[in-house]
Amino acid sequence: MTDIITALLLIIGGIFAFVASVGIVRLPDTLIRMHAATKAGALGSGLIFLGLAFFSQAPGTTLRALAVVFFLLLTAPVAAHLIGRAAYCSRVNLWHKTWIDEFANVCDWCQTGQKSDHDEECRLKEAGGDGQ
Amino acid sequence: MTGMEQSFFLEIATQVTLLLLTLGLCLSFIRLVIGPDPADRIVALDLISVLIVAILGALTVYSGEKAFLDVAIAYALIAFLGTVALARLRERLAKRNDKERGDNS
Repeated sequence: MTDIITALLLIIGGIFAFVASVGIVRLPDTLIRMHAATKAGALGSGLIFLGLAFFSQAPGTTLRALAVVFFLLLTAPVAAHLIGRAAYCSRVNLWHKTWIDEFANVCDWCQTGQKSDHDEECRLKEAGGDGQ
Repeated sequence: MTGMEQSFFLEIATQVTLLLLTLGLCLSFIRLVIGPDPADRIVALDLISVLIVAILGALTVYSGEKAFLDVAIAYALIAFLGTVALARLRERLAKRNDKERGDNS
């Protein structure tokens, strides 16, 4: 029984991790790709370590596997937040169908202290994206 | 792990999982090579490190060697620090570029 649960958790985790890496190749823009990588990747490896925690009979190993799950769930959002912030501040090209960009009109969002430059870019962005 | 004999079913499942994870690693390397922006490469590196941690977990089940679990813990820590450092570097470079452009105009 333990073997079957472990095998199911391992395979489901492997499928999630594989879907994450398919998403990172196929999806159209950096922020959308990040969505696939950080969520599905963390879920996949978390499931694999849950399977390992089920599998091991030594309590120390189970605890360590659960600690890895906890640590992954703790660090994945922080890393995703930092990468997303860096990507947006470096103005990666958004997907052409993206029509909600809530910071497009917030000037000097990255606090570089160059308000005039950003004001101009904001106006350019407003003129370019006619979604709103 | 002593005293743990694997059933045939579990062995096949572990091999399939390792195969899926390895294919995923290859796909992430594609994005690491072709990624148009450095942020894409940072995302790909982050996913690669998460996949390596997952491979270490599956290897622990496959080989029954406990040491891989300790390696996984240490690698997850180091990989998180690396991702944070790369993201902060990218953001700082972007800010510096903005400032230089502002000074020139």
